[in-house]
Amino acid sequence: MKGWNLKNWGHAPALAWTAVFFVAPLIAMLVMSFSARIDGKITLTWTLDNYRSFLTRADGTFVGALWNSIEVTVLTTIISVLVAYPLAYILAYRVPKNWQRFALVLTVLPFWTSYVVRSYSWLLVLSENGIINQFLLWAGILDTPIGMGNSRFATVLGFVHFFAMLLTLTIYANLVQIKDSYRKAANDLGANGWQAFWYITLPLSVPGVAVGAFLTFVLAIGDYITPQILGGAKEMLLPQAVMLQIGRQADFPLASALSMILMLVITAAFMVFAKRLKMERV
Amino acid sequence: MISSMGRQAISRRRALQAGGAALASLSFMPKGARAADELNLLVWCDHTGPGLLDPFAEKHGIKINSKEYDLPGVAYSILEQSQPGDWDVFVADTGDIMSAVSKGYLGELPDADMPWADIFPDLKQPDSHYKDGKLYAVPEKFGYNTIAFNNTKVTQEEASHAAVMWDPKFAGRIAIYDYYIPTMEMVAIGLGIKPQEITKMHLPAIKEKLVEMKKLSSLVGDVPTTQNALVTGAADIIVGGGEFAVAGLMAEKPELDWVLPNEGGVRWSQSIGIFADSTKKDLATEFVKYIVSPEGQGRLATADCYWAMPANSKANLDDDQKKRLRWDQQPGFIAKSYPYFFGDAELDAAMQEVWTEVLGA
Repeated sequence: MKGWNLKNWGHAPALAWTAVFFVAPLIAMLVMSFSARIDGKITLTWTLDNYRSFLTRADGTFVGALWNSIEVTVLTTIISVLVAYPLAYILAYRVPKNWQRFALVLTVLPFWTSYVVRSYSWLLVLSENGIINQFLLWAGILDTPIGMGNSRFATVLGFVHFFAMLLTLTIYANLVQIKDSYRKAANDLGANGWQAFWYITLPLSVPGVAVGAFLTFVLAIGDYITPQILGGAKEMLLPQAVMLQIGRQADFPLASALSMILMLVITAAFMVFAKRLKMERV
Repeated sequence: MISSMGRQAISRRRALQAGGAALASLSFMPKGARAADELNLLVWCDHTGPGLLDPFAEKHGIKINSKEYDLPGVAYSILEQSQPGDWDVFVADTGDIMSAVSKGYLGELPDADMPWADIFPDLKQPDSHYKDGKLYAVPEKFGYNTIAFNNTKVTQEEASHAAVMWDPKFAGRIAIYDYYIPTMEMVAIGLGIKPQEITKMHLPAIKEKLVEMKKLSSLVGDVPTTQNALVTGAADIIVGGGEFAVAGLMAEKPELDWVLPNEGGVRWSQSIGIFADSTKKDLATEFVKYIVSPEGQGRLATADCYWAMPANSKANLDDDQKKRLRWDQQPGFIAKSYPYFFGDAELDAAMQEVWTEVLGA
């Protein structure tokens, strides 16, 4: 009867939520990925053709799209960490305690803007008539405007603008949990500020960085809107390949197979980050 | 006093009672009865604005719910996940109508009630609207996938040649419309191949030219993206653009222009029909009749989402609107344009494969 203890049912809502909104759709997508679209109808055939298509179809376009996705995502994650860490550090240790809450609100203000609006705004800023080109022309640095939008640079910039905020929050939450006494002890033992940061603060803040970096990786690699608006389809990323199957051809089996491959990449990323993912620390 | 009455009026118990009663009435009322005064449209974005819908809704005392879709696959996905009777009116590319009929989605329309005498002759396309002598859809709007351009950066003469699509002079200044049918058919026209003569044999040459064009382009995108590029100066030419991309903006931005190249262009058209499972077929048919009437056609042609030529030659349009739509030049445009060519399933799949490869190149 121990198994029926009321305490053990405390997890039930969370489990039910996960089962209904994650496990069931995932199973449906997995089953769909082994189906085929025959004469416009989706039929469960338990075929591996959709996975073969990923490797062989469209002159290797899908494999190329996966590589593009990984490159853009890794670049985004690295730059976002490099931008967010100093900001989080300043917020945690340099901004007076009674101003920190206000500073955090300012940091996440861009979150309040629609994702699509923010992407189109970047396109305007980066356009040849945009503020950056106009300034460079006015300052005499350029003779003719340069195209910065509709490129990988624009996609990564749009991603970094969004995810640096997310990373700032996770790193800040981690940094404020590190006791001041650790750094003071290091200082008492002769470490200068840089050494205390390098040997004490940085290692202890790695879980916050890892959590934020993992979230950034997961959200960026599955994002369709930003590369579609800012990338100008100059290169295809895997979510765009998925949408191409759904929007043009209603080929849900192939779209599901491509999505499952994306899930595998995310799982592999989780394995990499897993050792550092200490959720209780953030 | 007001405050006191207000509290009494919305006491928690009363609110719960009222909410419960409303919920109960909704739950036990048949779905059809609940929605008897509503019309559900599955349409392109030009059928969603109040300017077009409100006059009909007010006249019939109903509410119109419009669901916008942007790609054929999305429409079919929505339909596959819907219950019979969920939708009443469907708008699609004329070339997709027979596919919808063969899937059993569309119901018959009263042929005699449609203004065929006023429809531009080239748009009637009986093969795309009739099956076994029954009418399933009516043409309602058309336009061209050609060359839209900024006339301060590209001359009319330059834009009038199909070779402008791959002219190195405009490297980094070209936006390509991301829809395989019109864009591949525009390239075919530029290569001297009529769209309806495209075979799998022609696809390698079309692909080679498309890859060359992509390298010269600043972006490949949907209508808003390419339109935005032309407006913001990220591009001076939209390959596959036309009046639908610029006519609505020309009053504020006279530098935006469009032209049909001398070699010809691709003509698109969309048609409207009613769903076979609609529970409000009479009302849906009335809506179709409104859309193809002179009043509805004038409003549809100048819809907020995009402007384009009405199918009805008697559409209510003023002189300025007709000028922006190049009304007087239509006979010449129609004569030197080719309707969308939808190949058989095998050719269509091959074309989509080529398009995917170009996007990934």
